Amino acid sequence: MSLRFKDIEVGDRLPDWSRKTSFPEWNRYAAVNHEFVPFHMDDEAGRAAGNPKGAFGMGNLRYAYIVNALHDWIGDEGIVREAGCQHRVLNCKDDVLTVVGEVTEKVIEDGEQRVRLEINVVNQDGVPTCPGHAVVVLP
Amino acid sequence: MSGGVTYVTDTMREAQGKWGEKRTSPPITETDIRRWSIATFYPEKPPRIYWDPEYAATTRWGGIIAPPDFNPFAWSFDRGPSARLSMRGQRPDGSAVTGMNGGQTDTYGAPMRPGDAITERSRLIGWWEQEGRLGHTLFARSEIEWRNQNDEHVRTRLSIGVRF
Repeated sequence: MSLRFKDIEVGDRLPDWSRKTSFPEWNRYAAVNHEFVPFHMDDEAGRAAGNPKGAFGMGNLRYAYIVNALHDWIGDEGIVREAGCQHRVLNCKDDVLTVVGEVTEKVIEDGEQRVRLEINVVNQDGVPTCPGHAVVVLP
Repeated sequence: MSGGVTYVTDTMREAQGKWGEKRTSPPITETDIRRWSIATFYPEKPPRIYWDPEYAATTRWGGIIAPPDFNPFAWSFDRGPSARLSMRGQRPDGSAVTGMNGGQTDTYGAPMRPGDAITERSRLIGWWEQEGRLGHTLFARSEIEWRNQNDEHVRTRLSIGVRF
């Protein structure tokens, strides 16, 4: 069942979407994205790259969580037209990342019913790690 | 820039603003898409649109599509211009910098489907340098454009690479 444009209001919140992240998630992502970077795989390399806690997760995986959260919200008939984020805080082992978002605008542009959201990915300590935005198209 | 130190290379200066050579991905397969979605939704099962052809045929897409963030170049032999060390920045002593992903904004067009081959072109837009927690740091902005075999726009990415 897909979300409908008429049912959305500014201020609506994206349902929280969470994943606990560590090597099982990072290694799977490394395998599909061919992203075998030492600081994602090894604590010593992570510390050498400036993270005292050791290895850290891929920005691209955190970005995948954003688009996946959007997909799970809008359903298969919706379209993610735009998404963006800035990686401000590292994703450390055993972090629980939660994608959060709020509708900021509804517009009809280029013949599409578009909904704009502010997005972030918050860790288990409530720290926003990845401010961003998205535009989805709804039927 | 600070104190005269720069990680910017002559190769970067020459390349700034110019579209580089194109490269084309291997054809996308259903297996590529299924594995990608399993990895990025793990440990939950991914949506059926990404792996169930019978279900996908009943949707507006008429078949399996890839998640928007799917990377058809992940396992290609040509790693692209951004993999070349001189395009990533270099320390004054010639040693390689460490690179991290600073962020991106993607605009999506046609979805990627099994059988598609994606052609990429990219260009370095510009950069800035500053002293940060990781010492001297170079932030490089790039634009990467993807089109499919029918010349439909698939994705434009504006990305920031962090080099320290």
